[in-house]
Amino acid sequence: MGNVKIGERVQRKEDRRFLTGSGRYVDDLQLARVTYAYFLRSPHAHAKIRKIDTSKAAASVGVVQIFTGKDVAEAKVGGLICGWVVKDKHGNPHKAPAHPAMAADTVRHVGDTVAMVIAATADQARDAAEKIEVDYEVLPAQINLAGALDPKAPQVHADAPGNLCYDWELGDKAAVDAAFAKAAHVTKLDLVNNRLVPNAMEPRAAAAEYDRGTGNYTLYTTSQNPHVARLVLSAFVLGIPEHKLRVIAPDVGGGFGSKIFIYPEETMLTWAAGKIGRSIKWTAERSESFMTDAHGRDHVTHAELALDAKGKILAFKVDTIANLGAYLSTFATAVPTYLYATLLAGQYTTPVIYCNVRAAFTHTTPVDAYRGAGRPEATYVVESIVSKAAREMKIDSAELRRRNYIAKDAFPYQTPVALTYDSGNYAPILDQAMKLADYAGIDARKAAAKAKGKLRGIGVCSYIEACGIAPSAVVGSLGAGVGLWESAQLKFNPTGNLQILTGSHSHGQGHETTFAQIVSDKLGIPLDQIEVVHGDTDKVPFGMGTYGSRSLPVGGSAIMKAADKIIAKGKKVAAHLMEAAEADIVFENGTFKVTGTDKAVPLGQAVFAAYVPHNYPADLEPGMDENAFYDPSNFTYPSGTQICEVEVDPDTGVVDIVNFVAVDDFGNIVNPMVVEGQVHGGIVQGVGQALLENAAYDEKTGQLISGSYMDYTMPRADDVPSFKLGYEVTPCPHNPLGVKGCGEAGAIAAPAAVMNAVRDALAAVGAQDRIEMPATPQRVWAAINAH
Amino acid sequence: MYDFAYHKPKSVADASAAVKKASEGKLMAGGMTLIPTIKQRLARPSDVVDLGGIGDLKGIKVDASGVTIGAMTKHAEVAASADVAKAIPALAKLAANIGDAQVRNRGTIGGSVANNDPAADYPAALVGLGATVHTNERKIAADDFFKGMFETALKDGEIITAVSFPVAKKAAYMKFPNPASRYAMVGVFVADTAGGARVAVTGAGPGVFRVKDMEAALGKGWSADAVAGIKVPAGGLNNDIHASREYRAHLVTVMAKRAVAAAG
Repeated sequence: MGNVKIGERVQRKEDRRFLTGSGRYVDDLQLARVTYAYFLRSPHAHAKIRKIDTSKAAASVGVVQIFTGKDVAEAKVGGLICGWVVKDKHGNPHKAPAHPAMAADTVRHVGDTVAMVIAATADQARDAAEKIEVDYEVLPAQINLAGALDPKAPQVHADAPGNLCYDWELGDKAAVDAAFAKAAHVTKLDLVNNRLVPNAMEPRAAAAEYDRGTGNYTLYTTSQNPHVARLVLSAFVLGIPEHKLRVIAPDVGGGFGSKIFIYPEETMLTWAAGKIGRSIKWTAERSESFMTDAHGRDHVTHAELALDAKGKILAFKVDTIANLGAYLSTFATAVPTYLYATLLAGQYTTPVIYCNVRAAFTHTTPVDAYRGAGRPEATYVVESIVSKAAREMKIDSAELRRRNYIAKDAFPYQTPVALTYDSGNYAPILDQAMKLADYAGIDARKAAAKAKGKLRGIGVCSYIEACGIAPSAVVGSLGAGVGLWESAQLKFNPTGNLQILTGSHSHGQGHETTFAQIVSDKLGIPLDQIEVVHGDTDKVPFGMGTYGSRSLPVGGSAIMKAADKIIAKGKKVAAHLMEAAEADIVFENGTFKVTGTDKAVPLGQAVFAAYVPHNYPADLEPGMDENAFYDPSNFTYPSGTQICEVEVDPDTGVVDIVNFVAVDDFGNIVNPMVVEGQVHGGIVQGVGQALLENAAYDEKTGQLISGSYMDYTMPRADDVPSFKLGYEVTPCPHNPLGVKGCGEAGAIAAPAAVMNAVRDALAAVGAQDRIEMPATPQRVWAAINAH
Repeated sequence: MYDFAYHKPKSVADASAAVKKASEGKLMAGGMTLIPTIKQRLARPSDVVDLGGIGDLKGIKVDASGVTIGAMTKHAEVAASADVAKAIPALAKLAANIGDAQVRNRGTIGGSVANNDPAADYPAALVGLGATVHTNERKIAADDFFKGMFETALKDGEIITAVSFPVAKKAAYMKFPNPASRYAMVGVFVADTAGGARVAVTGAGPGVFRVKDMEAALGKGWSADAVAGIKVPAGGLNNDIHASREYRAHLVTVMAKRAVAAAG
């Protein structure tokens, strides 16, 4: 592999390893004297633990040790924390009930951790766990979100009265009410944003080692952000000093947000490894993933949109109840607030917006960020109500959007909900999407479908997202407990090849290719001379990890800064070697040149001189190894329009997606193939939410009914058509690559695009307001046949 | 999984003896249901008797009287058989749409029939075509073979050796898959046989059942319209998050119509 440029479709370096089964995941580790953990979990949604008898289990073959919640409490292990403080409408911090790593006296959801059995084999640990006798006093449980804030609802935590975590607001309520009073048209909408199970291909796993000689701990874990995991475990939970805890996230098979968080299992493994002085491994079974990986979405919303007679939006108000589950996961509080309400302006010039969010505890699995995190929920509300308004006002839904777009010369654009959009140009995106979708021909296609007894519909969704998550000062002012910059280190070896150490973490995104590609372009080094290193707190400078489409805009920018430092130092070395003034040195295509002459020193020669400094500037440090930290000045704001076309079979209720167009503005694109992969995957996840996926609980017992792939409908290849993609480029004005991020866009926009199409199809039989996600065949059939 | 003893006998007689002798013996054909349930600790057999070593149970025979399929014949083999496709195309097509490629290359007709999963495809074909189940002890008509959910007429130690299907004048199977598992949520097999029209439904109820009203209507005239107005009662049907009883009842009519049309 030679030099590559930004913008080339470079094949992913990591795929050979992944596709040939040569990846190294946590479960692949071979550790000396290893033991295996099995976690006994609550079968009840809400119960008091009267007594746990582990005596029979302790005598079971192969058992090394059993720990219960009581042991954890007595050892004063800290509870798991929520790292983002949201202040309610009165300025008070959110309710933060205790979240013990193992339940001591009360279980609060099916799957809550009750005991940890450590044995010589995984089967022996499970055999022993079956012999633990737990005496539960089963209590009434609150499963349903809509009823959670009812004063008579069963209480999840004594210190969160009424199950309310916070009652939060954003925007100017009085101004919104005044605008509604003058509106020519008001559209009202009630929506449910269905709960989703993340379903990473690799289940969560952990392995912990304790070195008695040094007192050092090592935790191997399926993490999207190993440094943050170390920080939280050290500073808040286990009290192991940061320099005595190494966290390694090796190859990780997908996360979608669910592997950002710190869970009970890796916490317990690390603690217990120190207690028993042996290594411990644990890999979740798929049913444990369903029960205990933090779920996504789960909102109930009422929204109202005020428009003037020409369809210009005057005001928007949104009232949402958000489900947080039984405990606060690591970033749970931020998702339905600062990652949600701040996006309610969408691509529009809506002058005033008010949003009220009440976050509720329920006896269900904790809910936290899942691909898009708040932004898909916001987009679903905005884009559903805009399409509904268009139908009510008999204005074409694309045209209504166009009338309300922020103009291209209005950037930077301050929205009424805190964000300042940095760049964008929305109308050409819509134009391209309409052309790719043959929007003009829909009436003929509807007529043709009708002739064969089918219902056709077309749906538009124009999304905005705030991603590239950072800057630290902004998120700090909103309650984040961490900074959101990123680190990079470019470490040359004397022979001229180099390692990129990044604080980002790749769990499928292709960083090993994309990051190498930008350095190959910038420094003129062949791709196969570049190795990307990530996921080990002992190797990589402190970093913040991967989520919120931040790796390239923030992590990539840090790499660019480090590369600038390499070039700056290289210039000094090259100037010395060529006996020229540093000011006369230019760097082009991997070579330092003296302007106006044919003198040249390749970068590799400067690197070698830096490590073998026999002939070297006297005032310059040896070595070619540069660190950079990058904290941007704003979020990035990718935008785009998706158009989905469906055909509904009214006899069965089956929705067939017959065409799907996505036109995105991700700023500059480093690797179009990687971007396409991200967009495809995101759209499929969004289609999954719209048509297929639903974390359904039994509302009495709190059992997760869709707790396996027999009942949880994952999207399959034959559920989606080939996508038609297009791009518009307005470079991000504030980062060195001009990039905006592309990881979440597909999942953010697709639910509204699909559902708008389904509603358009159902409008032919008057059923457009009777359908919620997922629009399964049964639900579509019921909507058509409800009279 | 829990510990169990494993046997791989060479003959049906040895297999029958082994399973009879065991305290909690289970016969294993393709293992497509048994292995997952053992792995999930939902089944705890003392002994597993693997039928995979018995050569007599494999193979497809087609003659003028019909199609006879050995119990250990895999779905993929039935799907790929040109002889089956010629004699009873609907049967080959049904086999080609069972599960996924992995299941079709492990799962067997005997295993599927003996397990009698209420959402399995083969029971619809057996009842729809009026097939006969051959065991080491006797022959059982399909109509008498399938009892309740996961229950059959098989006695302890009785082993299916083959299933024989008479050739129908025409037949078709139409499946509406469960969106998640892709088992039949409703599957309807229709056939115009020597003994009259037959309509067998799988997935919708606790077990495969016939719809006599539709059979009578098709007996008077074979057309999709003949069954279009006939509804099965929703009362006894399955009810879950994917489909209510009423929706399943509705789908039986829709799938029956489509199957009749597909049969031609």
